[in-house]
Amino acid sequence: MSLPMVCGIETEYGITVLGADEFNPVVSSSLLINSYADSVARRVRWDFEDESPGRDARGPTAADAKPPEIETHLVNVVLTNGARYYVDHAHPEYSSPEVMDPRQAALYDKAGELIVSRSVRAAQSHLEAGQRMIVYKNNSDGKGNSYGCHENYLLDRKLAFSKIVTHMLAFFATRQVICGAGKVGAEHGQAACDFQISQRADFFEEEVGLETTLKRPIVNTRDEPHADPGKYRRLHVIVGDANMSEVSTYLKVGITSLVLAMIEGSDPPELAVLNPVGAIHAVSHDPTCRKLLQLTDGTRATPVEIQWEYHDRVRKYLHEADIQLDAVYDDVLDRWESVLTALEADPMQLDGVLDWPTKLGLLESYRHKNELDWSSPRLKLIDLQYHDVDPRRSIAHKLMDSGRLERILGEAEIEEAAVTPPADTRAWFRGRCLERFPNSIVAANWDSIVFDVGEDSLRRVPMLEPRRGTKEIVGDLLESSESPEALLEALGQ
Amino acid sequence: MAEQERRQVSRREEPAEDIEDLDDSGVERAEKLKEETDELLDEIDAVLEENAEEFVRNYIQKGGE
Repeated sequence: MSLPMVCGIETEYGITVLGADEFNPVVSSSLLINSYADSVARRVRWDFEDESPGRDARGPTAADAKPPEIETHLVNVVLTNGARYYVDHAHPEYSSPEVMDPRQAALYDKAGELIVSRSVRAAQSHLEAGQRMIVYKNNSDGKGNSYGCHENYLLDRKLAFSKIVTHMLAFFATRQVICGAGKVGAEHGQAACDFQISQRADFFEEEVGLETTLKRPIVNTRDEPHADPGKYRRLHVIVGDANMSEVSTYLKVGITSLVLAMIEGSDPPELAVLNPVGAIHAVSHDPTCRKLLQLTDGTRATPVEIQWEYHDRVRKYLHEADIQLDAVYDDVLDRWESVLTALEADPMQLDGVLDWPTKLGLLESYRHKNELDWSSPRLKLIDLQYHDVDPRRSIAHKLMDSGRLERILGEAEIEEAAVTPPADTRAWFRGRCLERFPNSIVAANWDSIVFDVGEDSLRRVPMLEPRRGTKEIVGDLLESSESPEALLEALGQ
Repeated sequence: MAEQERRQVSRREEPAEDIEDLDDSGVERAEKLKEETDELLDEIDAVLEENAEEFVRNYIQKGGE
């Protein structure tokens, strides 16, 4: 839907309990979320009324597609910052509220991390002596099991899905040189390596598909806009890593939004790699970023050159369409350029800026100091603990606190974002209603809130327009309503 | 193609070379940097989970999403 673009990030966290005889991830994830929900507010349950994750953007005939399961009995709450916090399969998951720009996406992603770390502290008091809960914001256990960090972008329904596939495969295969989180070793049947750029790349087996848990596709076809389906589609991006670096998250969402806006607004010539699945593996396994990929036009290019091409096309599109950008997107463009320049010269210039070069630099220093081979479990442990959400144990936090990993967000705004919704999407209405009238809301989801004001039937307030329900549109009305009844009446419900 | 030219230029740009020889202050700087790195690595050792091999072996997740 052109820029600024509604977007959000959902993250599944890894979880374990040390000292437990029998660790049950579902029970522990439930304890984690319940402990937090009990510590902050009355819980409001998630409403599954409008969920249809099995709908396929390619149409109803995709033969290989099975709808993913939804486990409705698990813990599932809505937070006052507009987020959804729940148990998905065997992991705690935080789905950020809808936001309007990449900086906000990074902010509400970090707010989620803070919420999870507070949850760990709250849950810890319910554990037996000698047990300790650990939660990682990463994507793999190193043994072939992966859990996701998905981005969502709201697009115009008129944008043909096939056009997204045509233009995004090469982009997704190569953008990891910017937003990969780094990983020691390989898994899922991929060739052995010491270190690779992405946590997730090893797990991708298909170019396009509906699945998210097996035979993962680079472009996911889930067609569930959580908004007016006649106007919008939601691109569900499952190919990314969970990032600790604020800059990595910011650029990941920023450059992806810019490229999607270009595809929506113009018809750029085809830019495609010959074998996207092979390419995503090969790019991840080459921290020099110099691997030549075969393009469909017969030429070859490095992942950085392909990213340069997308960058140049975006600039050209914005210039020709005479689009004036918000400052945040200008900043994304400038950073994209400087990061690509550095990647081309020497990726290790980005040690201290992006996740994977920072992790690699640290592992190399540690390895040399302790004379370790790459097979040392201590390196694998550093890889894991880089992603710990507990700031006292998290290596990424140590790097940020000592100024060795660049920050673009402030602690105070992250704390604020953990409890306050973004002002410029419908998340404002969701979060503020929850804050003001928790006892009158029986359920909420992305596109509606259900009130119980003591009448015969419950009253559902639809929110099919992600850019309405903002502070500007309903702020005064909501804050001046003394009761939920008054609010519903003022809304004409 | 102005865009193409601009990209070529920006891509040929070399990072600023530090042509200064390592004089005394350079050596001092390098030593300070090494000290800081050693400090950080010590700090990491202080928080790393015990028994790395067992810990890493036992960290097993169910696939998600």
